[in-house]
Amino acid sequence: MNKITESLLRVVSEFGGSFQGAYNVREDGECAGRQSSANIKIESKKEGPGLVIHVLPGTKGETVYIPACVTHGGIDDLVYNDFYIGEGADVLVVAGCGVHNEESTEARHNGIHRFFLEKGARVLYREKHIGTGKGMGARRIDPVTDITMAENSYLEMDTTQISGVDSSMRKTTATLAAGARLVVRERLMTTGTEWARSDFDVTLEGEDAGVDLISRSVARGNSRQEFNSCIRGKNRCTGHSECDAILAESGSVIASPSLEAAHIDAALIHEAAIGKIAGEQILKLRTLGLTQEEAEERIIQGFLS
Amino acid sequence: MEILKLEHLAWDLPDGAGIIKDIDLSLESGKLVVVTGPNGGGKTTLAKLIAGIETPSSGHLFFEGREITGLDITERAKLGIAYAFQQPVRFKGLTVRDMLELASGKKLDDAHLCDLLGKVGLCANEYVDRELNASLSGGEIKRIEIASVLARRAKLSIFDEPEAGIDLWSFARLVETFQEVRRQKAGTLLVISHQERILSIADYIVVIADGYVRGAGPREEILPTLLADERSPRCPLGKESARV
Ligand SMILES: Nc1ncnc2c1ncn2[C@@H]1O[C@H](COP(=O)(O)OP(=O)(O)OP(=O)(O)O)[C@@H](O)[C@H]1O
Ligand SMILES: [Mg+2]
Repeated sequence: MNKITESLLRVVSEFGGSFQGAYNVREDGECAGRQSSANIKIESKKEGPGLVIHVLPGTKGETVYIPACVTHGGIDDLVYNDFYIGEGADVLVVAGCGVHNEESTEARHNGIHRFFLEKGARVLYREKHIGTGKGMGARRIDPVTDITMAENSYLEMDTTQISGVDSSMRKTTATLAAGARLVVRERLMTTGTEWARSDFDVTLEGEDAGVDLISRSVARGNSRQEFNSCIRGKNRCTGHSECDAILAESGSVIASPSLEAAHIDAALIHEAAIGKIAGEQILKLRTLGLTQEEAEERIIQGFLS
Repeated sequence: MEILKLEHLAWDLPDGAGIIKDIDLSLESGKLVVVTGPNGGGKTTLAKLIAGIETPSSGHLFFEGREITGLDITERAKLGIAYAFQQPVRFKGLTVRDMLELASGKKLDDAHLCDLLGKVGLCANEYVDRELNASLSGGEIKRIEIASVLARRAKLSIFDEPEAGIDLWSFARLVETFQEVRRQKAGTLLVISHQERILSIADYIVVIADGYVRGAGPREEILPTLLADERSPRCPLGKESARV
C-alpha cells in the first residue's frame, strides 16, 4: 500500500503499522493486502467488485478490518461487501474510509455493506470517514449499510465523519427479527461548503425488537446537512431516535424524522433539536478560564465524542 | 487586605428598570461572606457582575486593588474569580472528569478526583465518567457545579445558593468544606444563601433587597436582626434600617 493509504488508515481504522487478525485493505479500487483467520474467511466476490466475509458461528473476541482508501482524483470506487455473522459470534468490524485528493477531478468511494446476523450474533461495527488533500476535485464518500438481523442478535454501529468530505450520502437500512437490538451512534461534522445527508430506515418486524438511533452533528461555515429517519414498528417493540444538531456560522440542517407504528404495543419516540451552542454553556466554560473560541471548540469536541 | 471592591455599581434592564442600584461593597480577603436577602433582590445579578457575565450600567469593580470593570469573563477567571451557577449548565458530551479537569486546568488522577467530589459528598468511582447531561439529578449536577469551582482554587469563589436541592448529608459536608477553605486560608468565599446554617458560619453578612445593600456587617451584628423577625412575611431590613 502507498504512503497516503497508510496515513489514512492510521486515522480511520486504528492502523498501527500492521493489522492483527483478519483484514482486507482496499486502495484505489484494488486489493492492497488481505488475510483471513481461522474463524473469519475473507474471499473476493465472483460476480463483481467486493468481498464476502464469513464469521464462523461462535467466534468470540476477534476483529476484522475492512478499510478502503482512495488516494487521488479521477477514481470512482464502487464496492459491495457482504458480512455473514454466524450464530452466537461476537466480533468487532472496523471499516473506515479515507479519500485523499490533490487533483481537480473527483475522488469517490461508494461502499455498500450488507450485514446478515444469525441468531444471537453480536457485532460492534466501527466506521470512520475522512477527506484530505487540497485538490479542487471533490472528495465524496457515499456509504450504504443494509442490515438483516435474526432473533436476539445485536449490532452496534458507531459511525463518524470527521472532516474534509465534500459530499456524503449515507443510507442505512435495517430489518430486525424478534428480540434483535440495533444501536446506531452517528457523529457528523461538516465545514466550508460541504454537504452531507444521512437516511435511516429501520423496520422492527419481530416481537421485542428494539432500535436506538442517536445522531449528533455540527454544521459549520456554509455547510448543509439533511437527516431523515424512519422507524417502523410492526410488532410489540421499542424505537428511539434522537437527532441533535449544532449550527455555527451559516451552517444549515434539515431534520425530518418519522415514525410508523402498526401495532398497539409499538413504543416509538423521536427527539430532535437544532440550534447554536447554548450561550450558557459558553459562559460556564469561560468562567473556568477558557476564551470564547476555546469554549466553542471544547463544546463541539465533546458533543461529537 | 481588601480583595474585592464595588463602587456605585448599577445594572439596568434594557428598558431602564434598575436591578442593581448603586451598590458599594468591600470584601476582606480570606473571609467567608454570606449574601442573603429576598428572592429577586439582585443577588445572582450581583454575582454575575463580579464574574463578568453581565456588564454594569455604571460603577466600578476592583479586584486586589486593580480595576476590572473592563475585563471580560475569561480575564476575570484567569485573575482568580470563580462562580458556581445558581442553575448549573448541562452539557451533552462532557463528563464530570472533563469538567473538573477544565476547571483545574490540568489532568487529574483518581485520588484528586475522589478528593474533589468527596468535598460535595459524591463518590468519584460512580460519577467521573458520567456525562453532564439530563441524566444527572438536580442535586447531583448542583454538587458537581460546586466541585468545579472548588477545583479552581480561586482567590475569590462565589457560590450561588449552594444548598439548593442538595441533601442533608451533602450539605453538612459542604459546610465543612467552606470552613476548611477558610481555615486553610485557601481563598475568599462569597456565598449567596438563604440557609441559617450557612449564615451561622459567616464572618460577614450582606443583605441585598430590591437592588440595594440593606445591611452589611459582622455576623454577630446582622444575624440577630435577620432572625428576630423570622416569621414576618417581610424582610426585616427595610430601606429605613439599612446600615451600610
Ligand atoms: N435578564 C433579565 N431580564 C429581566 N429581568 C431580569 C433579568 N435578570 C434579572 N432580572 C430580574 O432582576 C431581579 C433580580 O434577579 P436575581 O436573579 O439577581 O435575584 P436573586 O436575588 O438572585 O433571587 P433568588 O433569591 O430568587 O435567586 C429579579 O426580579 C429578576 O426577575
Ligand atoms: Mg439568585
